[in-house]
Amino acid sequence: MSGIDVEDAVNQAYHAEWGRLVAALTRRFGDLDLAEEAAAEAFAAAVERWPSDGVPANPGAWLTTTAKRKAIDRIRRESKRDGKHQEAQVLFEDQPPEPLGAVEDDRLRLIFTCCHPALAMPARVALTLRMLGGLTVPEIARAFLVQESAMAQRITRAKAKIKAARIPYRVPSVEDLRGRVSGVLAVLYLIFNEGYLATGPESGPVRADLTAEAIRLTRLVRDLLPDDGEAAGLLALMVLTEARRTARISATGELVTLDEQDRGGWDAALIAEGQALVRERLASGQAPGPYQLLAAINAVHTSARDVRDTDWSQIVALYDRLAGLDPSPVIALNRAVAVAEMDGPGVALAAVDRLASELAGYHAYYATRAELLRRLGRGPEARLAYDKAIELAGNSAEAATLKRRRGQLAT
Amino acid sequence: MQYLLSVIHDQLELAPSDEMAAIDEFNDRLQADGHWVFAGGLGFPNTATVIDNRGATPVVTDGPFVETKEFLAGFWIIEAPDLDTALKLAADGSKACNRKVEVRAFL
Repeated sequence: MSGIDVEDAVNQAYHAEWGRLVAALTRRFGDLDLAEEAAAEAFAAAVERWPSDGVPANPGAWLTTTAKRKAIDRIRRESKRDGKHQEAQVLFEDQPPEPLGAVEDDRLRLIFTCCHPALAMPARVALTLRMLGGLTVPEIARAFLVQESAMAQRITRAKAKIKAARIPYRVPSVEDLRGRVSGVLAVLYLIFNEGYLATGPESGPVRADLTAEAIRLTRLVRDLLPDDGEAAGLLALMVLTEARRTARISATGELVTLDEQDRGGWDAALIAEGQALVRERLASGQAPGPYQLLAAINAVHTSARDVRDTDWSQIVALYDRLAGLDPSPVIALNRAVAVAEMDGPGVALAAVDRLASELAGYHAYYATRAELLRRLGRGPEARLAYDKAIELAGNSAEAATLKRRRGQLAT
Repeated sequence: MQYLLSVIHDQLELAPSDEMAAIDEFNDRLQADGHWVFAGGLGFPNTATVIDNRGATPVVTDGPFVETKEFLAGFWIIEAPDLDTALKLAADGSKACNRKVEVRAFL
């Protein structure tokens, strides 16, 4: 086997096994720190040994055995060095000797621990990416434009709190499950959105590593909780959005809005997957939650081969249902965009203007207003709205598009 | 595992009788379910005295060690297997006494 093949095998195993390994070790040893370090050491051993020994027939089993041995070595070493013999014994006795292996629930437990509501949102995001996603601290720091040392500290503090406050390592009880799942999905959606509409002047407009990781983790949650409609809905929403990713950024680095996108550039496989999930949810007959409704809206968009074929009345109807669940002004703003296509820009502008006080600091409010004013031929007002939208836009590609559109106004 | 549930308040006023009744009921439940360790309400912070005997002679200061808008009005110490259980009990306690409650584990 060539060196490149072995490298591939290690990378593949890393993607497939990291979260599983950390989760299984956490259950066995009751310590996130130890689990993380032992898992990292096992992969380091794979990098060292697989090129000469060959890739094992079952890489997952090899990594599990190796990591477990590393963990026990580490406990022995530390108890010898610090005279912590007793503590190590407690650690062993505390944990009933459960078999290490293919218990699917391990990763689910780990997700609920990492996304625990007692942790601050940035800590939940970082911990989930590190423990389940296997992203390194520098990678996570780069993704969120935070100093590496600050990110390391954020993760260390979260782990310390989990230990000290005894945040449990288990799937919540049935009565709490729904609320806790929605907390997990919120973390994953935040990771996805940060990737999809990346902020910061230094950052590229899209961070495909974050969107990919969010989709991978959401797929996992969906597999582990197949009956949860919102997990399916979020996965559908993500893949239907991701399907348009490459068509969304032009060759010159501008954000291309939905109506101007080359629909031939959309990823057909992802669209098929997302639409199948939406159909599955519709067939369930259960009342949809917000993610399912957003996914359905995206399913309507992606089923139109040309923007002119879009079924706007259905989109407005879905936004109405969404507003019934979540009366947020951002949803009302998006609904107005659909209303503009159905009833004209004048009706939409009236709806948008009613949101002025609530959305005063939100770039999309001004961008939407600017577009509607432009279509109504109110150039000078449109220009002012573009100015404000450009000032507030955090995404570099979005700002570029807004500048171009402003430049196209008749003077 | 033991947790300290600190009751946080910002007004110098005692709990009215309906709140006291709710607190009693909550305390009874803690005892019945085996979570009870200890609980108590505290005098107002302006009645506190700080003593520092780290030096040669004790130094006595009138008033709380730190002046804050919010202060510790009382506390529960409970026995709970993990933070989820402690947070649930704290939520019920907060409802009963109509105050914010901070949850912290003992070492």
